Amino acid sequence: MLSGNLLWVLSGTMLLGIAAGITGTFSFLQKQSLVGDAAAHAALPGIALAFLLTGQKELPILMLGAGITSALSVYCIQWIVSFSKLKADAAIGLVLTVFFGIGVVFLTVVNRSPLGNQSGLNNFIFGKAATMTKADLMWLFISATIIILVSLLLYKEWKLLIFDPVYAKGIGLPIEALKATLTVLIVMTIVTGIQAVGVILMSALLIIPAASAKLWTKKLSSMLVLSATIGGISGITGTFISAMRTGLSTGPIIVLVAAAIFFISYFISPSGQISKYRRKMQFRKQGELG
Amino acid sequence: MIEFWVVLTGILVGITCGIAGVFLILRRMSMIADAISHTVLFGIVMAYIITQTLNGFWMLIGAAAAGILTAYLVQLLHSSGIQEDAAIGVVFTSLFAAGVLLITLFAGNVHLDVEHILMGEIAFVPWDRWTFLSITLPKAVWMLLLVLIINIGFLLLFFKEMKLTTFDPVYAASIGVPVLFLHYGFMTSISFTTVAAFDSVGAILVVAMLIGPAATSYLISKSIKQMFIYSMAFGAAAAVIGYYLAKFWDTSIAGMMATIVGVLFVMTLISQKIIERRRKALVSKFEV
Repeated sequence: MLSGNLLWVLSGTMLLGIAAGITGTFSFLQKQSLVGDAAAHAALPGIALAFLLTGQKELPILMLGAGITSALSVYCIQWIVSFSKLKADAAIGLVLTVFFGIGVVFLTVVNRSPLGNQSGLNNFIFGKAATMTKADLMWLFISATIIILVSLLLYKEWKLLIFDPVYAKGIGLPIEALKATLTVLIVMTIVTGIQAVGVILMSALLIIPAASAKLWTKKLSSMLVLSATIGGISGITGTFISAMRTGLSTGPIIVLVAAAIFFISYFISPSGQISKYRRKMQFRKQGELG
Repeated sequence: MIEFWVVLTGILVGITCGIAGVFLILRRMSMIADAISHTVLFGIVMAYIITQTLNGFWMLIGAAAAGILTAYLVQLLHSSGIQEDAAIGVVFTSLFAAGVLLITLFAGNVHLDVEHILMGEIAFVPWDRWTFLSITLPKAVWMLLLVLIINIGFLLLFFKEMKLTTFDPVYAASIGVPVLFLHYGFMTSISFTTVAAFDSVGAILVVAMLIGPAATSYLISKSIKQMFIYSMAFGAAAAVIGYYLAKFWDTSIAGMMATIVGVLFVMTLISQKIIERRRKALVSKFEV
């Protein structure tokens, strides 16, 4: 059952979940969750274009293409918001669908070319962790480790940037550079995850663990640890379940595991619905007594 | 003749979505529409699992139910203290993942494959016909016409109320306009629009048609009525141009239409900025 390759894939998706849990928390607190969604969809044209231009399906090349178009989409959103009277939601939605549309155009071209038929680029839409080779996993390990290390290194600066940007600026922190680094790391997380989770659901791995962790704690450090743990558990459990049956895409199952954790947290966490209801009842009782 | 039906379907998608998109932009609900377009998949799969047919009517019901469920869940999470963007993100990704999983588990062999729902295949529209009142039209055209009528009817009935709840919800609530009813009614019409268009342009790219033309017309309109007209025109234009370019390059029609939506937006934004700058330059010349 637990063949050597599966063990590698499992640890790969676990590491990916941890990395996404960490960067997701920062983007969640900056209220940039849906920008991550757009950036993930925007990876598709990059993958297809990289394949069309080079004719190779080596992961580093596809990842590079995906990274460029995802970063471009984030830049486009910022450009539209600052340059026109459109609000952020419309800008995100527009950029997301247009980039995805361009991706579909290129992907169709790839699929109709004789070379592209077996390229398996379609797997990038929903993710197929099982198709990952040792070399692919190597890239995943390297990039996830970089993401985690850089996040830990910049923890203090980002914390200040998120909670008190004015003070951060006052003590001379390079605000714009820090923001840009965060964006780069989020794009990196997305690019790292697309092969395992797919472009459509990658954003879930950034959003759901962070949103679940927020239900349990208000402290950034514990939120990060919790979010990383939830991401890791979702990655490993989801991959394991999808490996049990052939034909199941990994992405949806990882997301459903994360969603289940969120759902449970929503009810039983300290700020969850059950304890809220209890408190309400207690108040009511006190009111009756008094 | 076949080409005629495909282009007509595209134009109908452009117009229907163009109308529905105006209030989406004004109410700042674009991302909820994006969420609904993903979760509609869940509704369609559930409708298939329950009825075991691919009947258009049940799909419409299932999709509308999923759309309302999405709007409701987002509202629920948001009101219990989770920030809105995260609430949207959690709800739609989970429901979408559930939809994809259910398809692979229960509906793998039927015509209901995920890629079709995501990207649509407008080129097949002319062959799936339906006769009603002895008029034979492609099924997609029937569905789109029906939804277009529903959307226009909704707007004609509630135009004033929609305007009021959009620009001054507090005042609207205080004079007794049913704000919540309008919110969910509007969400239902968005779900209908999505499912009618999903067969031809795919559930995801329908969002491009919902947001893009309306956003483009928002840049240049001075009134809501103007915005409606421009929005429909941009939608139809994107459909026609997209179709012929896709045919020319032999690629995805839906993808090309979405691309053109983006091109139209960028062109409008840039030309608007150039005109603005010229006007400013002209004014400053006179001041000197």
